Parts: sequence; C-alpha cells; structure tokens
Amino acid sequence: MNPAFSVVFLTTLIGAGQGLFLALFLAELMGFGAGTPGEHALLAASGAVALVFTALGLFASVFHLGRPERAWRAAAMWRTSWLSREVIALPAFMGLVFAWSVAHWFGSAATLWIGWLTVLACLALFVCTGMVYASIRFLQEWASAFTLVNFTLLGLASGFLLATALAAYAAPEWAGNFGLLAFVFTVAGGISRGLSLQRNARLKPKSTLQSAIGIRHPKIAQRSMGFMGGSFNTREFFHGRPAGLLRQIKWMFLVGAFVLPLLLLALGLVNGVPGLLALAFVVQYLGLLAERWFFLAQANHPQNLYYQVVS
Amino acid sequence: MTQLALVIDLNVCVGCHACVTSCKQWNTSGSAGPLVDDQPYGADPTGTFFNRVQTFEVGEFPNTQTVHFPKSCLHCEDPPCVPVCPTGASYKRQEDGIVLVDYDKCIGCKYCSWACPYGAREIDEERKVMTKCTLCVDRITDTKLPVAERKPACVLACPTNARLFGDVHDPDSVVSQAIRERAGYALMPEWNTRPANHYLPRRRTEIPVHAEDLVRVDNPLKIDGSQPEPPHHGAGREDFAT
Repeated sequence: MNPAFSVVFLTTLIGAGQGLFLALFLAELMGFGAGTPGEHALLAASGAVALVFTALGLFASVFHLGRPERAWRAAAMWRTSWLSREVIALPAFMGLVFAWSVAHWFGSAATLWIGWLTVLACLALFVCTGMVYASIRFLQEWASAFTLVNFTLLGLASGFLLATALAAYAAPEWAGNFGLLAFVFTVAGGISRGLSLQRNARLKPKSTLQSAIGIRHPKIAQRSMGFMGGSFNTREFFHGRPAGLLRQIKWMFLVGAFVLPLLLLALGLVNGVPGLLALAFVVQYLGLLAERWFFLAQANHPQNLYYQVVS
Repeated sequence: MTQLALVIDLNVCVGCHACVTSCKQWNTSGSAGPLVDDQPYGADPTGTFFNRVQTFEVGEFPNTQTVHFPKSCLHCEDPPCVPVCPTGASYKRQEDGIVLVDYDKCIGCKYCSWACPYGAREIDEERKVMTKCTLCVDRITDTKLPVAERKPACVLACPTNARLFGDVHDPDSVVSQAIRERAGYALMPEWNTRPANHYLPRRRTEIPVHAEDLVRVDNPLKIDGSQPEPPHHGAGREDFAT
C-alpha cells in the first residue's frame, strides 16, 4: 500500500494518548491523587495532555477523507464496519478522558468509575483501530492477531514513556514506576513486532497472476495494464519506493522505536535526568512514525497483480 | 433473486477498448456528474474509468497466446467492499444484486477500495467520492429505451460480442448457459467473494483436414481414368460419412 501520513499520525498519536491515560489511571488506582489537591490537578493536566494527543490524531484523520464535511455519517455502519466502530470509539474515549480530567480538576469522587469506563473505551479503541487493518483478509501482512497486539503494545509503550517523562518533571517519585512499565511494554512491543516481521517475511501470497486472470499456465506476463497515464490503482496501492529503502526504514524503526528509547530510558532513570526521558519519548515517537509507515507500506495488495506493466 | 452480471468471453475479445471508451462516454454524461479527466492532454494524464482492458501474454515463445482481459467491478455476491463502508454509502441492491455507491453519502475514505482484491474501485479526484462500475444502472432500468438497448454501454459497444449481460441466477439466461456450457469461471476464487461476473476461457480453434477428405475413393472425376489415379488405401472417412 501507499502509506497515507494522515493514517500514520492518527494511529500513533491516539496510541500515545491511550497509553498515557492508562498510565495515569493506573497511578490513580495505586494511590496517586488520593492525597494532596496538587496531585489531582496534576492528573487533570496530564489527562489534558492525553486529550491533546488524541485530538491531534483525530485532526490528522480528517486529512484522509475526501469529504470531511460528511464525516459524521461514518458512525452509521457500526454493525458491520470496524472503521465505523473506530469512529465511535475515538470520540467516546476523548469525551471520557475529558470528563475524567474535569472530575480530577474539581476533586470529584466520581473519577474512579469514570476512569473504569474510560479504560473500557480505551481498550475498545485499541481493538477497533487494529481491526480496521486486521479485518481485510486479503492484505495478508495485516490480517493477523499481531496487528492488534502491536498497535496495543506500541501505544502502551509510547504512552507510558510519555507518562515517565511527565512524571520526571512534575512528580519525580513516580517516574520510576512508569519507567519500569514503559520498559516492559517497549520490550514486549519489540518482541511482538519482531515476530510479526518474521511472520510477514514468510508469507506466501494467496493470489497469483494465474488466479487473478484465471488462466492456469506457469508463464504469464502482463504486456499492458490498459492505459499509459497513472490512475488511482497505480497510486493508492503501492508505495513506489525501492525495496532497499524499505529495508532501511525497517532497521530505522527497530532502532528508533525500541533500542534507542530503551537506552535513553535506562540512562534517564538511573541518572535522574528528565530531559533524557523526554528525549526518549520523542525518539520513540519518531521511531513509531517510521514503524507505522513501514506497516502500511509492507502490505501487498492483490490488485497490484493487474497493474504491473504500462505497455 | 436476480443477480445481474457480465460474462466476458476471452476467446473472442480482441482488445479494441471499445468497451472502455463507451463506458467512459456513458458514465461521464450521466446525472451523477462527469468522471474526472485530469490533464488529458498534459504530460501525466490521469482519470477515472470503470472498465479497463489489459493484455497478458501466456506461454513461452513461440507457443504464446495474447489474452486481452477486460476488467471492471465483478459485482460479487459476497462483496468485501460493502460491509467495511463506515457510512453505508456502498451497498448491494437487493432487487438485482448490483453493487453501487451512493455518491451523496460517500466520505471518500477509500477504505472500500482497500477491501476490494480486484482493484475495481477508483476514487474520483474531483468529486472526492469513490466511484465504480454501476452496470449502467441508469440504462438498464430506463423504460424509455427500447428493450434491446437496456444493456450496459460496454455490452452494446463490443464488436465481437465478447460481453454477455444477464441474470446469472436464472438458469435459462444467456449468461447462465454460457457459464455452464463453456466453463465460465470467477476471478480469485481463493477469497470467497463469489464474483457475479464470469469469464469464458480461451478455446483451441482447429480445422482438422484429413487426407481422406481431399481424396475420395468414389471420386467420379477419377473413375473414367482421364486423371492420374492416386494409390487407393481402401475406404476413407468420407465414405462412412452417411
């Protein structure tokens, strides 16, 4: 596929926002915010940060639409479409994060049950976002449980890393807890992403030129795709970059999203330098942009079988 | 239940692109608005088409066949593009099985085109909505046209009659008979989309000429002995013809 940057930003930004909220709510469950009003305000402010990330993601997604003014219609087909379910889950999650943050700001006792509802919306959003890609069965690189696991683990990793960086500035005694979980999620995300790369490298395309035109002969070559200019089919479904660049981007994201952030995180935690933790988040986020671009680009659409030779 | 579809005879398609141009002409002139043509005379022209004719070479020289392969929406009986649409703009008509896009509901998210393994959908860059073959729904249902003309533009335009149109659920229709008797097949059966459009395979065309057909033992021209008599090998095929 030809990766759309709107989708790259949408999935990475909301992933970080979701992970950050889960980190904050976990801290609340573990007793943060129970004491001073300052801690409540801190949770409210961090909730606002999570909200900003998801809002930026929503904003990015608008650029994917040809007719954004009709976007409200996208909530209609939630019975059959994972995209429609995502369109419902995202605003629901945002609304609940907003309510949770406001409740904290005013020191309300309702934060706990609002928080649990938000956790539900957050998990639903992870599932919906992953299933948008995993549910297309003939995009074999996407149609796997790895897609869901990776989206979730990588969202958790970047969200917890963001929580670590925020805590390092505002509540240093919590940076260690968040940092430990950020470490765990980044390692787990790295392992599952590595396994999915391995799976995709072994994939054998189910569709062939033979099944595409229904002629059983081992030697078939396209001589003309039927037109000499470009078309939607030649632009949307292939990234158009050489295989070498894809390999480079793969190594870039493996280093940028996993190795470097882990090093920076460990250094930042051991030496207690908040700047390093913030840098770790930024580096990982950039790495995740490359990861998501690669994820989209790697999918090989069977329609490309029909568009191989201009004339 | 009716399922309208095209059956395309690869045995007689000559790759003239008349179906492509007639499709473009009809569908760019309809009430749904023109199909975009961006820089048609520029260096990098592009445009929206519902139908394409592609060319494949099968086999290895000198034993090759050139196969012209028209491709448009297959109007799958289980269309993967329909359930993924978040707005319900993509739908399959109950009454005749045509897969259509409601241009007033489409938000142009392109998700349906990702969910079509055949690449049958093209976004219209000007109207910013997804477009696709409608089986000329505005022609075939137009009661003001003579019955013989209530067919898709591509079917009417085909000079070799390579495109048949009809109801594949009616066992007595032209298309059902063609599929049944000439081994009509569907594209990419591995995805279980059950395309309604079918393709008829190439057939080997042979005119067998036997020596017996050229020389008959009872040839009256030779009986009188004025022509040199070729050697007889007994009775030939033609002698048993009746």
